[in-house]
Amino acid sequence: MAETALGHADRTASRPPGLRGIAADWSSDQRAFKNVSWGKAMMWIFLLSDTFIFGCFLLSYMTARMSTTVPWPNPSEVFALHLFGRDIPLILIAIMTFVLISSSGTMAMAVNFGYRHDRRKTAVLMLLTAALGATFVSMQAFEWTKLITEGVRPWGNPWGAVQFGSSFFMITGFHGTHVTIGVIFLLITARKVWRGDYETGKRGYFTGRRGQYENVEIMGLYWHFVDLVWVFIFAFFYLW
Amino acid sequence: MAEATANGLGQHALHAGHAHEAQATGIAHAEVHQEHPIKLYLVVWAWLFVLSTCSYLVDYFGFHGYLRWSLILIFMILKAGLIVAVFMHMAWERLALAYAIILPPILVLVFVTMMVFEADYTVFTRLAFFGAGP
Repeated sequence: MAETALGHADRTASRPPGLRGIAADWSSDQRAFKNVSWGKAMMWIFLLSDTFIFGCFLLSYMTARMSTTVPWPNPSEVFALHLFGRDIPLILIAIMTFVLISSSGTMAMAVNFGYRHDRRKTAVLMLLTAALGATFVSMQAFEWTKLITEGVRPWGNPWGAVQFGSSFFMITGFHGTHVTIGVIFLLITARKVWRGDYETGKRGYFTGRRGQYENVEIMGLYWHFVDLVWVFIFAFFYLW
Repeated sequence: MAEATANGLGQHALHAGHAHEAQATGIAHAEVHQEHPIKLYLVVWAWLFVLSTCSYLVDYFGFHGYLRWSLILIFMILKAGLIVAVFMHMAWERLALAYAIILPPILVLVFVTMMVFEADYTVFTRLAFFGAGP
């Protein structure tokens, strides 16, 4: 009973739309998010809190970069790779961006096939997403190795403002951690889909609740968020 | 249970089959489950590639100053909007959820403004008391 009440509650038809709908949904002692399950609402609220974490990282980076009197190292040159006999600016970062966007695309399609109960395609697309995520993390590890061998440290670097290293390692490190955690949970969810847990109503190992294909969408929300954060890091840290 | 009555629905609605309930209330099944055509995702995917290429080209061609910053911001906002609206399905959610999630991060801009003043003050004191050095 409780599970049904907390699950899919698609009772939106009789409710007012627009701004009046916000007031109606939030007012009085009732659930505010009418047609999303608790799982999806909680994932959104977690992502909101994570937005503030990354927001504060980017803010501290902005403050450090604006307040230093030493010139900031030029990311275009720092992250250039020597390929085909010349330096191509930011090429590795661009490839990483495309890899992460592609993983977002495969994830969105996995969610779609999940709701169609196409277990095979869902699991394969999720594994593909995980593989692209792992590729991203490997390329980031390569980037870190390259910069560390060139002498970048959290307390200094050969090119300019000392805060460059600490900002870089903190921001990309936290983002990489998020990607890694995402890859692990993608593999777990893909295994559940493959095994048919959401068809048989097998109880989860952690919560003891029966999963639904919506779990794939919630997993997707997290994964798209990781991509979203990278959009901002790419713009503010690498391109600015 | 309390929620069910607060929503003005009898208990029978909760026991009714999902499809039946959706039909009875006149909502398409897709709206609840966020099922959209694959083509939409592919189009958005392609646009994200195009926008990423554009923002990379901003650096490749070495644009400077306000042109560079405005282009970076435009491409960033377009990409973020596409991801949130389509991939994360926010465009189809009720406004109560969309406003609860999307409005608070915009308030970070207030924090940004405060830190811009703070950073300006810091760099002023550094230049005034330590000269051009660090």
